[in-house]
Amino acid sequence: MTTTAELVTKGAFDLDWRKVARLGGLTALGLVFIALAGMPVGLDSRILIEKYLSLGYVSLLWLSLIMGWLMGKETLLEGMTATRKSSRDAVGGACVGALGGLGLAILGLLINTFDLRDPLVNWSPQTLDILTFGGGVGVVVVWIPICAALGAVGGALHLAPPKVAKATIAAILTVLMTAIFATFIVDVVSPLDFLYSKNRELKLGWALVLAAVAVGFVFSGGGQQLARVKADYHNTTGPAKTRQTAALIVVSAAVLIIIPQVAGKITQELMANIGIFLLLALGLNIVVGMAGILDLGYVAFFAVGGYTTAVLTSPNRGEDWPGWFPTLPWWGALMVTVVVASLVGLFIGAPVIRMRGDYLAIVTLGFGEIIRILFLSDWLNGYFNGAQGITNVPPADFGVFEVKGTDPRSVFYLVLVFAALSIYVSWRLEHSRLGRAWMAVREDESVAEAMGINTVNVKLAAFVVGAILASFSGAIFAAKVGSIFPTSFLILVSIIILVIVIVGGMGSILGVIAGSVVLVGILGGPKQPGLLQEFSQYKLLIYGALLVWMMLQRPEGLVPNVRRTRELHQDEFLQDAWLKGQVDTGEEEPAVEGGEVR
Amino acid sequence: MNRLLDIQRLSVSFGGLHALRDLNFHVDEGEIVGVIGPNGAGKTTFFNMISGMVRPTAGEILFEGESLIGLDPNQVTQRGIARTFQNVRLFANMTILENVMVSQHCRTKQNAFGALLNTKGFKEEEAEIRRNAEEVLGFFGTRLVGYRLEQPASVLSYANRRRLEIARAMATRPKLILLDEPVAGMNPKESAELTGLISKLRDDWGFTVVMIEHDMNVVRDVSDRVVCLDYGETLAQGSFDEVSNNPAVIEAYLGRPLEKKA
Repeated sequence: MTTTAELVTKGAFDLDWRKVARLGGLTALGLVFIALAGMPVGLDSRILIEKYLSLGYVSLLWLSLIMGWLMGKETLLEGMTATRKSSRDAVGGACVGALGGLGLAILGLLINTFDLRDPLVNWSPQTLDILTFGGGVGVVVVWIPICAALGAVGGALHLAPPKVAKATIAAILTVLMTAIFATFIVDVVSPLDFLYSKNRELKLGWALVLAAVAVGFVFSGGGQQLARVKADYHNTTGPAKTRQTAALIVVSAAVLIIIPQVAGKITQELMANIGIFLLLALGLNIVVGMAGILDLGYVAFFAVGGYTTAVLTSPNRGEDWPGWFPTLPWWGALMVTVVVASLVGLFIGAPVIRMRGDYLAIVTLGFGEIIRILFLSDWLNGYFNGAQGITNVPPADFGVFEVKGTDPRSVFYLVLVFAALSIYVSWRLEHSRLGRAWMAVREDESVAEAMGINTVNVKLAAFVVGAILASFSGAIFAAKVGSIFPTSFLILVSIIILVIVIVGGMGSILGVIAGSVVLVGILGGPKQPGLLQEFSQYKLLIYGALLVWMMLQRPEGLVPNVRRTRELHQDEFLQDAWLKGQVDTGEEEPAVEGGEVR
Repeated sequence: MNRLLDIQRLSVSFGGLHALRDLNFHVDEGEIVGVIGPNGAGKTTFFNMISGMVRPTAGEILFEGESLIGLDPNQVTQRGIARTFQNVRLFANMTILENVMVSQHCRTKQNAFGALLNTKGFKEEEAEIRRNAEEVLGFFGTRLVGYRLEQPASVLSYANRRRLEIARAMATRPKLILLDEPVAGMNPKESAELTGLISKLRDDWGFTVVMIEHDMNVVRDVSDRVVCLDYGETLAQGSFDEVSNNPAVIEAYLGRPLEKKA
């Protein structure tokens, strides 16, 4: 649907100065914050393009570009007036950028004059050095034209024909991604290392070639073709759709099986980590996404899974276990683990489940910590070795195939099997009697109860299914790491799993997969490095920023669940339905096709 | 006739407020009973108590001779009492079909394992649930079927939301159905149509109906018996004409005429 808005022409300097001041101020604040958070200094040693560009400078450059673009962005409303795109957008962008640059320049001068190193660690000569490119203090003003130019480019993206704008963005992103993900790219496809110099710095010549390829791709209509294929898939229905989906699943499974064969250790390790968190997120998705129980202590079940497996397999478990206590192979331990996890799920769930909303969240938060502290405690020291943890957990032995931490590929295959199982479970349950009851409880618990649903049992079922999925993950984690410590189960893990589910899209299986890939794969888990290893220091900062941005712009998540979207965008949804003539006005309707009276 | 619901000396108080006081009430099988009364008379509290959402402080509720006191709302529904809500409370983001499917929960029994293994029993039960849902929705003509089945309940018009609430209650396969202001917010034509459907609920589906309603035309047309509540007490009961001419009822609605001072 296109929006028709009347276009008004405005002069190049007829700007909305209030907006300029707001965005410019934001840019300045953002840049000063980034500089003082230490990103330019910390990331300066990571050179992206040989001799020319370091990641530290990129961290200062991107903001002006985006803010300049935002300056020219206008929400089109049906029947309202809009401004014709003109050089005005570029001028606006330049003003915003200049204000941002001014912020940096002032920061540079202040650093030179005052000493605030005590509270602000990065109020340092090194920061100043970066800001002045190693020159004298005066050079710092050069940021004003630099940022203004970037802002102008951002604004000018509105002016350029859509293809040119797209090609520019594609070129910038391609070069940056290739440079940032150098280690990963070489790890997956080792012949590609000709692109990089010895320190994994992208060579300038190849950077230009890549940019040209990206531009060529956009101009040859590659993007449109991709979009068309996607739209085709979206519009197919019936058995054809089932076939296509099946084919898609087979192809993705094949790709997932092949990649670890050709790729190196880094990729294998990364995929194994993504898988472990995916298992956790799938479990939490059932609890939070489907049944609407906000569980902030989900890590408890991960811990129970890990510790049960470790106790049952390791010779180094505590000394107080009775002599008859068995030592099992991994798969045997897994079965016990599942039973133990469901019992713990019931035990924690039974008192907690009668509460609602905030109270429930707080209590689960408490239980998550209690479980960890129990494993850490002196009281159970004889069983779980307290802070020393349980070491020497043997690899999972399947006869033909052994899963151990030094061979991340085997871990990944094991995780893949369990992830497939968990996805199947989530998918089947969602469309069953139990899944519908979960949905009803999420929508309105009292009414669900009045409609004959035993809400306590249904919610307990969600808790137990979630606990079992988490225990799978714990069991694999124990075999992978080879040792289990209480510090692996900090509250941060619960939070990160929850963030995965929220960012991915609550209640959506594909969303949870996307969320784990983006968060654990790219940013890294609580202790596991991701693709952006350089940013690991700023991981929580980025998590926070991402979460705030998501909640403002896309609260339904990356790959949303249809219902969730409806819930969060009720007004827009109803408006769309109205435009399509689907809203029920309550007037007498003519008989509708296929709706014969019974 | 069999006595289906028998309420004896039922009282409930919230703090110092007596919402219901020593209420005696009964419903025979196959009756349609209208409950009327001014605002704040305790009508909805009365329904909440029967459906188990509020615990009475004293008294007894017998359904088919067995006490309902202390049962949870889902157990009451399981016994065969379904209700609708005065302020329509649908599962707004579930589709119309799902709204009616989910309320058959207590009449079906497949567990998670059936769903996981996709057993024959599971498939049969799902088909059965779907068939029942469509049958119940078909009760309202073409309004809630066809392309509407897959639409979320939130797109429905007010009158259709009320109809869907009734359908959802019907799908629990109750013996007694409690309707809380079923025609509120409907225009005269719609309420006349719904009046006809309420009689059908008894005649074709065999439900006994208790209905709270402010629209006296509906109450007159459909009720076998009318009970008037005020201040949590039964003011009058009997046929519509008897109740509507009862001076106490008129007084409760309109107030007492001013006494002339001598």
